[in-house]
Amino acid sequence: MLRPAPKDKSAARGGFFARMADDERWLWRFMLAPAVLYIVALVGVPFILSLYYSLSNVTVASRETQFVGLENFSRILDSPTFWRALRNTLIFTVLSQAVVLVLANALAIALSADFRGKWFVRFLILLPWVAPISLGSIGWLWIYDSIYSVINWTARAAGLLGPAEWPIWLGQPNLAMTSIIIVQVWRMLPLATVIILAGLSSIPQDIHDAAAVDGAGFWRHLIQITFPLVMPIMLVALLFGVVFTFTDMIVVFVLTRGGPYDTTQVLATWAYFTGIQGGDLAGGAAISLFLFPVLVAGAVLILRLARRAEIAA
Amino acid sequence: MTPLEARARRWGGAFGRTGLLMFFVSFLAFPFYWMLITTFKTTQDLHDITNNPYLFNDPPTLHHLVVLFEDTQYLQWLANTGLVGLAVVAITLLLALPAGYALARMTGAWAQTLGVAIFLTYLVPPTILFVPFSRIIAALGLQDSLWSLVLVYPSFTVPFCSWLLMGFFKAIPRDLEEAAMVDGLSRLGAFLKVVMPISLAGVLTAVIFTFTLVTQEFVYGVTFITSSASYTVSVGVPTFLVRGDVYFWGSMMGACLIASVPIAIVYNLFVDRFVAGFTVGAGK
Repeated sequence: MLRPAPKDKSAARGGFFARMADDERWLWRFMLAPAVLYIVALVGVPFILSLYYSLSNVTVASRETQFVGLENFSRILDSPTFWRALRNTLIFTVLSQAVVLVLANALAIALSADFRGKWFVRFLILLPWVAPISLGSIGWLWIYDSIYSVINWTARAAGLLGPAEWPIWLGQPNLAMTSIIIVQVWRMLPLATVIILAGLSSIPQDIHDAAAVDGAGFWRHLIQITFPLVMPIMLVALLFGVVFTFTDMIVVFVLTRGGPYDTTQVLATWAYFTGIQGGDLAGGAAISLFLFPVLVAGAVLILRLARRAEIAA
Repeated sequence: MTPLEARARRWGGAFGRTGLLMFFVSFLAFPFYWMLITTFKTTQDLHDITNNPYLFNDPPTLHHLVVLFEDTQYLQWLANTGLVGLAVVAITLLLALPAGYALARMTGAWAQTLGVAIFLTYLVPPTILFVPFSRIIAALGLQDSLWSLVLVYPSFTVPFCSWLLMGFFKAIPRDLEEAAMVDGLSRLGAFLKVVMPISLAGVLTAVIFTFTLVTQEFVYGVTFITSSASYTVSVGVPTFLVRGDVYFWGSMMGACLIASVPIAIVYNLFVDRFVAGFTVGAGK
């Protein structure tokens, strides 16, 4: 594309440099091309390949693959594991992000005031987000241990657990789901908090002053002034949280591997166990494509929000 | 409202805030505190359920750290992480610096669209692409090789850093380059000699983010790498140290803590930039 045609080499080259000199569009194309090509090759191509795999019968061992139409999808839709994983993914995402939204608002408001040692409090609060999540999850694996769980020890010492009670956090179906939701909340809360905090600090001080002069109390101020102003940025935090949580597998993978009896299996972990560990590439690709609609919906909503905010500004 | 009432209210507010913050800090930081305690406890102490787990019932020990560094490949994993991180940083800067600059200085509607499109590819999660990638990596003969990670990680660091650097370059006044171009520099020369030197903060931010994104990545690592010698830290600790029936809790907690804290400290310094990158447009 950038090489001149071999026919009239010198003329084309002169033309190319001349164009580049007085027309910067060529320079921009030149500077953008490597990044765009890399992204197309490493995001676009695998994605197309994923679409193709989902319509074929490819496995990790197969040499020739055949087009099988929608067979993989009908196989998946017939599987009870799919419906269970879909339900788990929705529960995991909706519950964890609802809790994050409530807690992040409370925490952001508590953090918006100035006090001594604030940077250190902020550092501690950010730890779960800034440290690698696979390692943080290992810490929780130990906290939830079936024998040595510190939660159980503390509850028993406080008299909350009877002598015969000893919850196995990651081994009992309902508790396992609760446990992974707690860890996901733990992991996503810091990011949502700092995003909302950024929104809070962008509200001009005169608006607060005017409300104080008008005699608005804490709650009225919060509901009628602060929330409406922070709403767009809060939605951005929520959408990122939903997209991240819906498509992620790390917390579940490290803590439960989808167990016990698939009660914490989410779409992403199931895609991994089917496609990578099981070698059924076609099935794995088809399962992970079910993540795509949520990704697209999230992206579209984020864009809409950003555009609306731009027009308002 | 009398002054006394006002003071009571202020104190009440401060009290409520302190309580709230204490609750959140203990929830969010507790696992790391727990890693710290566990790392230095004897195995006997850890495995006695009648002991108070919050206390050192035996004197603290360095045994678990000795095991971690001498009997496992932990140091190798740290080195691997550093190596992959550096290579990915180099590739990312090479691609994202020019792209970010072009996006910042191009005019026209499609420039903005392209910028947003590049950023959106950052949202595409590894869990959508890992199945085809596993085959691509095998076809390239890169299975179990750190080069597989070096090849694939820029697919999310380049979009993010192009977006981030675009923001930085937009903040630099155009007049600076235009003055330099009047003095005879080309656009490219102005970028290299005028813009780059004053953009070091932006470059440093991009470096830090690329590095932390690399250290945090887990899904591609666990997909491409199966031999323990080629693990990165975030993959090696959860997959290799948990294998088998015996959990070396002390060593595992030490491994998590040692890898997490430096990354957390550095990332923490730049997290506001990260948030700013995320919320461009929606902020004001």
